[in-house]
Amino acid sequence: MTQVERHTYDVVVIGAGGAGLRAAIEARQRGLRTAVVCKSLFGKAHTVMAEGGVAASMGNANSNDNWQVHFRDTMRGGKFLNNWRMAELHAKEAPDRVWELETYGALFDRTKDGRISQRNFGGHEYPRLAHVGDRTGLELIRTLQQKIVSLQQEDHKETGDYEAKIKVFAECTITELLKDGDKIAGAFGYWRESGRFILFEAPAVVLATGGIGKSFKVTSNSWEYTGDGHALALKAGATLINMEFIQFHPTGMVWPPSVKGILVTEGVRGDGGVLRNSDGKRFMFDYIPEVFKDKYADNEEEADRWYTDPDNNRRTPDLLPRDEVARAINSEVKAGRGSPHGGVFLDISSRMPAEEIRRRLPSMHHQFKELADVDITAEPMEVGPTCHYVMGGVEVDPDTAAAKVPGLFAAGEVAGGMHGSNRLGGNSLSDLLVFGRRAGTGAADYVDGLTDRPEIAQSDVDKAAAGAVLPFDPRGGGVEENPYTLHSELQQSMNDLVGIIRKAGEIRQALQKIDEIKARIPNIAVEGHRQFNPGWHLAIDLYNMILVSECVAKAALLREESRGGHTRDDHPAMNANWRNKLLVCSTDGTDVSVVEQPQLPMRQELFELFEIGELEKYYTGEELAAHPGRKA
Amino acid sequence: MGYKAQFRVWRGDDESGELRDYVIEVNEGEVVLDIIHRLQATQAPDLAVRWNCKAGKCGSCSAEINGKPRLLCMTRMSTFDEDELITVTPMRTFPVIRDLVTDVSYNYTKAREVQSFTPPPDLKPGEYRMQQVDVERSQEFRKCIECFLCQNTCHVIRDHEENKEAFSGPRFLMRVAELEMHPLDTADRRDTAQDEHGLGYCNITKCCTDVCPEHIKITDNALIPMKERVAGRRYDPVVWLGNKLFRRSSKKS
Repeated sequence: MTQVERHTYDVVVIGAGGAGLRAAIEARQRGLRTAVVCKSLFGKAHTVMAEGGVAASMGNANSNDNWQVHFRDTMRGGKFLNNWRMAELHAKEAPDRVWELETYGALFDRTKDGRISQRNFGGHEYPRLAHVGDRTGLELIRTLQQKIVSLQQEDHKETGDYEAKIKVFAECTITELLKDGDKIAGAFGYWRESGRFILFEAPAVVLATGGIGKSFKVTSNSWEYTGDGHALALKAGATLINMEFIQFHPTGMVWPPSVKGILVTEGVRGDGGVLRNSDGKRFMFDYIPEVFKDKYADNEEEADRWYTDPDNNRRTPDLLPRDEVARAINSEVKAGRGSPHGGVFLDISSRMPAEEIRRRLPSMHHQFKELADVDITAEPMEVGPTCHYVMGGVEVDPDTAAAKVPGLFAAGEVAGGMHGSNRLGGNSLSDLLVFGRRAGTGAADYVDGLTDRPEIAQSDVDKAAAGAVLPFDPRGGGVEENPYTLHSELQQSMNDLVGIIRKAGEIRQALQKIDEIKARIPNIAVEGHRQFNPGWHLAIDLYNMILVSECVAKAALLREESRGGHTRDDHPAMNANWRNKLLVCSTDGTDVSVVEQPQLPMRQELFELFEIGELEKYYTGEELAAHPGRKA
Repeated sequence: MGYKAQFRVWRGDDESGELRDYVIEVNEGEVVLDIIHRLQATQAPDLAVRWNCKAGKCGSCSAEINGKPRLLCMTRMSTFDEDELITVTPMRTFPVIRDLVTDVSYNYTKAREVQSFTPPPDLKPGEYRMQQVDVERSQEFRKCIECFLCQNTCHVIRDHEENKEAFSGPRFLMRVAELEMHPLDTADRRDTAQDEHGLGYCNITKCCTDVCPEHIKITDNALIPMKERVAGRRYDPVVWLGNKLFRRSSKKS
């Protein structure tokens, strides 16, 4: 029998970013004993990287804003493939979730009348992003972290134990979800520090593990983003949707090589920064797609007037949704009009005084100064697309965040549907607050409704333990493999073959490569022992990355159109017949299968929030028959 | 322009360890963390190091480079001569777990001892009104990425394990100041700053400010103003007399 440390909780939250912490707060406030498990130290999650802000239609900067406008922007940004119910809940609840953060101690930047300031961002009709300079993610994570501490202080006062009801298990990785019949029964993992095994017996698990960016070479994501939650859900029998949609953020750093991919906030453009090619031309005016022609200015004069007079001018195309801008940059570079290091120029220095740049964009100023030796108040930045976010994720019930497996919930980036084919900037911080809370409620309701608790079979624990230590004693019988080498081969392949622009032949090549790496994985051999051994950790994460990469590639091959974060060179147009189709991934344990599934039609009153003229660009004629604009 | 650099890295655990020498390739534009990663991928696959964002935002990769507390991801190789020996060691103030990874739980314990934000009880969400100029003081302190380099360098605890019990360190004294200066916080934190968090141990040598990767003026803007508030409360003769005569409540005055 394996030596395993055992814990019993009502709810186990995997991931301590915004979604995980918000879910944990909710579950604890409902009186449930809650564990938060995270791969890093408490407070280091990837949410800290979010810069621009959190989108919520509070209407502080423009009183015309409301949830309906936010809902429309979100659906438009996602090219109408979004789960409309999630988009609706998100738009309605985001303001309350932001205001609630103030009661936890958050300090957002203020308007003149003392309310929360809101800034412009790509795809948002009005200034909508609550922010703290360009370090909003840090504010969010710290605020939620400090709220957890305050709950622990309450518990301490009552019981003498800070960790009586909510405990953070930091630097701990979950490798398997365990079930009792068809229901979740717990989670198995290891302490990164000691390598010792740990078992959580719990009837409900909330996945809040973030994204999958580490399967790509150029990414803004940290090492933690290895698709753990996606893979855990799949292996437990849940389904993933929309995995073909990957957001390449248009502006990552391109130089020096060691920081390639690190994010340059969209806030630079929101505050007046513009993109230029090597001729100094503001090229975005050449890339306004037909569907956006009435919302975006076609000349520099109007675009520049928009910053101060948004009611009477159309917005600058520098702030088109991220997929459009990323593709435009890609085209400029391919046409030979790029910057010296293979990007384009992002110019803020000629647009406002140095002092103002330092005040509005302190992190960016700092980041370029320290990492690239570039003073952004005096010279332009060089930027290019970087793998930033996966729209795809666990298929969930919009209201409760429940996955297909009873007892399993998912929120934040690991959940799919909310953002459709493309996420708007600022909608991720609001997403994780809204659906983090809903996952906490969903899990609490589920646990409250159980009559008896599921049990974990010892044989499942032994199996999980044996799987985890395999890399120390490879069974493949072939040449020993180095996990770092396999990882970098996977990243290169996904980047080159299933990246920002895709073709059927290249995707097939990537799938071959995935098969090849899968075959080599049993030969991975790691040195040393289990105590804080990064080689071993990577070997375990690699299983997840391979599984998730297979989902991405297979779904990308099937979807024969271009939409949002999925661009097919061999099928360059958006196709209305594909809008309604979701590609659903599942696994039998070894291979991934993908099937088509139709979406539920949008509720009538939401449908009627859109003009028929706009819907015609996305919907088939049949689907529009019920719209009043068509009936008239 | 690649070259071979001389690295000396501390390897070991809580029981024993040694400085080990490596010769390793360096390319243009790289930072120390890139070199540590290359060591992992080529020569020392089990070399333990914490890191996350690699952009100076998460505060995970704190260590000492040639004896100076630094973030590995924000230390560019171009700041060293090509023939310079670069020594990388774990933070000294915290117990070593393995290689460059230390046990920083002291910080989380101290964080938990600071009384949380205490808003006015009748103020509803959405009703918070604050002026930018008033939030900016606390916002500066909220830039903190919790790399704990200030804690590591502070001489009160750096070689004085015995002071850890009584002293929360610059990071958490700054947290107290942040809440004390929060426009809507109703708690009076002056007594606890002195009595529970050990503000009196700080003798404002500004070492914390020097190592802060976020360039927060910890000493000038947090610790000294906090000391002034404590002094004003405790040693102002009028306040003292008032307290004696009327037993003033501890509400913020």
